[in-house]
Amino acid sequence: MELSTSLPAKQAVMADTPNPVDPKRQQFYDLLFRNTTRLFAFLVLLLLAGIIATLVVGSLPSIKQFGFNFLFSTQWNPVTEEFGALVPIVGTLVTSFIALLIGIPVSFGIALYLTELSPRWLKRPLGVAIELLAGIPSIIYGMWGLFIFAPWFADHIEPWMNDHLGKLPFFGPFLEGPPLGIGMLTASLILAIMVIPFIASVMRDVFDIVPPMLKESAYGVGATTWEVVSHVVLPYTRVGVIGGIMLGLGRALGETMAITFVIGNAHELNKSLLMPGNSIASALANEFTEAVGELYTSSLIELGLILFFITFVVLSLSKLLLLQMAKKEGKGT
Amino acid sequence: MNLLYAKRRFINGFNLAMSLGAMLFGLFWLAWILITLFKAGIGGINPAVFTQMTPPPGSSGGLFNAIAGSLLMTTLGTLIGTPIGIMAGIYLAEYGSRGWLAPLTRFINDILLSAPSIVIGLFIYALYVAMVGHFSGWAGTLALSLIVIPVVIRTTENMLKLVPDTLREAAAALGAPQWKTILQVTLRASRAGVITGILLAIARISGETAPLLFTALNNQFFSSNMNAPMANLPVVIFQFAMSPYEDWQKLAWAGALLITMAVLGLNILARVLFRQKTSL
Amino acid sequence: MTPHSTKISARNFNFYYGKFHALKNVNLDIPEKQVTAFIGPSGCGKSTLLRTLNRMYDLYPGQTAKGELLLDGKNIIDKSVDVNLLRARVGMVFQKPTPFPMSIYDNIAFGVKLYDRLSRSEMDDRVEWALKKAALWEEVKDILGQSGLSLSGGQQQRLCIARSVAVKPDVVLLDEPTSALDPISTAKIEELVYELKSDYTIVIVTHNMQQAARVSDVTAYMYLGELIEVGKTDMIFTNPKQKATEDYITGKFG
Repeated sequence: MELSTSLPAKQAVMADTPNPVDPKRQQFYDLLFRNTTRLFAFLVLLLLAGIIATLVVGSLPSIKQFGFNFLFSTQWNPVTEEFGALVPIVGTLVTSFIALLIGIPVSFGIALYLTELSPRWLKRPLGVAIELLAGIPSIIYGMWGLFIFAPWFADHIEPWMNDHLGKLPFFGPFLEGPPLGIGMLTASLILAIMVIPFIASVMRDVFDIVPPMLKESAYGVGATTWEVVSHVVLPYTRVGVIGGIMLGLGRALGETMAITFVIGNAHELNKSLLMPGNSIASALANEFTEAVGELYTSSLIELGLILFFITFVVLSLSKLLLLQMAKKEGKGT
Repeated sequence: MNLLYAKRRFINGFNLAMSLGAMLFGLFWLAWILITLFKAGIGGINPAVFTQMTPPPGSSGGLFNAIAGSLLMTTLGTLIGTPIGIMAGIYLAEYGSRGWLAPLTRFINDILLSAPSIVIGLFIYALYVAMVGHFSGWAGTLALSLIVIPVVIRTTENMLKLVPDTLREAAAALGAPQWKTILQVTLRASRAGVITGILLAIARISGETAPLLFTALNNQFFSSNMNAPMANLPVVIFQFAMSPYEDWQKLAWAGALLITMAVLGLNILARVLFRQKTSL
Repeated sequence: MTPHSTKISARNFNFYYGKFHALKNVNLDIPEKQVTAFIGPSGCGKSTLLRTLNRMYDLYPGQTAKGELLLDGKNIIDKSVDVNLLRARVGMVFQKPTPFPMSIYDNIAFGVKLYDRLSRSEMDDRVEWALKKAALWEEVKDILGQSGLSLSGGQQQRLCIARSVAVKPDVVLLDEPTSALDPISTAKIEELVYELKSDYTIVIVTHNMQQAARVSDVTAYMYLGELIEVGKTDMIFTNPKQKATEDYITGKFG
């Protein structure tokens, strides 16, 4: 290496001591390190592939037996070995939908409060409170739901619902039923409470990034706080807000423990939300370890595959949507 | 003119009031849940909880085996998942500007991050438990590590990306090879953030029940045999809470309080640590 | 005064950011053990040119260099040259002080450890020597274990200079080293540059003409990627050959 011959001092040092730095060796280490990290990144892809493959293989007996009907049948009979996924699928979708229906506006309200209304000294503790709520393990929600919320709901809210809402023309049949406490509605409400802090903190983080100058220029022309939020902040943070909602949806779809306690584990489709139902995650949690027989187990695995598929599609669509929106605005993601 | 302004003011006031209402709504549930948890759980917390095994129905006991099992699996799960997550996170942040692997990995990682944890449990069951023929602590550990990995990847990448390029250039300017720059300078500069990410991952898996339901299952006794079903707090709580026995339910609440305190404690620790380092 | 030999020369040197032709046919000789200043308005390419001298652009895809850049006669653009060894010989100090997140001692030791295996006492000596060269020793000798980030801006910058000097390079590149500092720190660093030139070849980029006039022996004026004029600093500032140079010097634009 001609370059090193013009370094007499360095050469002298390096001649006496074992060469501490061999440039070829360093290049090797660089290559080794880079490829090792690359390998681990690749592992993530492998993981996804593995999950899909394993679930598909495990579902094969059930797929072979039931085919497409699996998705539309409400049968669930371990004795006669007839299984259908419609009840859990509907349960999963309905509970998530209601949870988001309630959760999105409330989360938005909370994020709005935290960023625009809250007095400065209150911002941090309130923000921390919301994040603590997000950190509470879902099994706690489940237990609280079963022992505290459901009985209270059965005693105070459900009778009221039966008396006042059950008579409404369109929504009526959905909102009346035996005041059991547990059921689809309770599960949806608990899911909403779980999902709110999650979406709220994402929204809050995104709202915080809006440059103050942008808001100030709106205030400067005399806009009210609400107008600044709806006309400046929301459009600016649109991408992040939708991302947050999608994450919340993903969470709601897959949530197990919060609703297993209160959904009732009933394999029947009822119009009334006050009746028990089932979700894919709850069915798995309740029945998997007790499942006997290859077909039973395989049907449950197929349920898991369907759930993974739903979550995968929802998350992928949202990511692609976000990419599209970002591209339209001319920014990178 | 006045009418329009009045209407705007009304809408503004209304929406802001709703926003305050939403905030109170959220706080209301938080308070109710935490207070309930505390009241129901604190009664059950006594030294026996930490020293005795989970009892059969109708007798008293403790949660020692469950706590021990949880600690063991959480620790091992973190030890397995963290290096993988950090290395992949390094790839995404430091080498990820060219090529197809990085964007794809990020995309997949985000999906795994939000994937239902019960599906992860199912995956480990089908892959490992079914093959080996029995539930085990290792299976539970593996499932937990799979939840740790995406969290650590995401936080590591974000934290590394926050390190300004000039720091990397300064190390390069001294002749440091890239791997040394990454390990000794960049990673070190984002140390606090990366550790915070690991703490958050630990907090997350401490409370997870679903992935353990059909991997580690449960064990009535204390066992340090990772190859056999292992007791753990979340599954014990699930089993005890759903049962009709009062003793069991009491223990379930005590366990729930313990988990919540651990998780909240870790969250607060992560927050404090991060704030300290970044205010330097 | 004995004539100085050429340490670095650029021959028909071109540089591109992607498709953008940032440096156009630069031909320049940088003398050994003198201070050469690059001046010119924003965007003229002076920092770009500086950063090619230690192949910093290698870190970023899409940036390419063509032509010859000779260090002691060897073309450093050539792929066969080991870039890390090059950078051990050509050090750089940046505009914003960049102390590593380590103790002051470790900051200095970091670069040295890359290429020399020294015993503890030898390393102590080297750290002291480097800090003295950067006129920082007296201020930090009792707090070597403290984090480099705990120093003031001016001290941090001198720490970075000490760090560069500790590896005993041949050349030290300074990229607007005082633009983020207050006048007193700036003066200290300018003094430092004057002393360092007896041991090292110095190239400094500055957007402050007065600084170039104070500190350098040779000045190169650049504009829109081209080297307009280069010569002894006195000549450039009192009797520039090109009108463009004169316009810049007299503040007709900037």
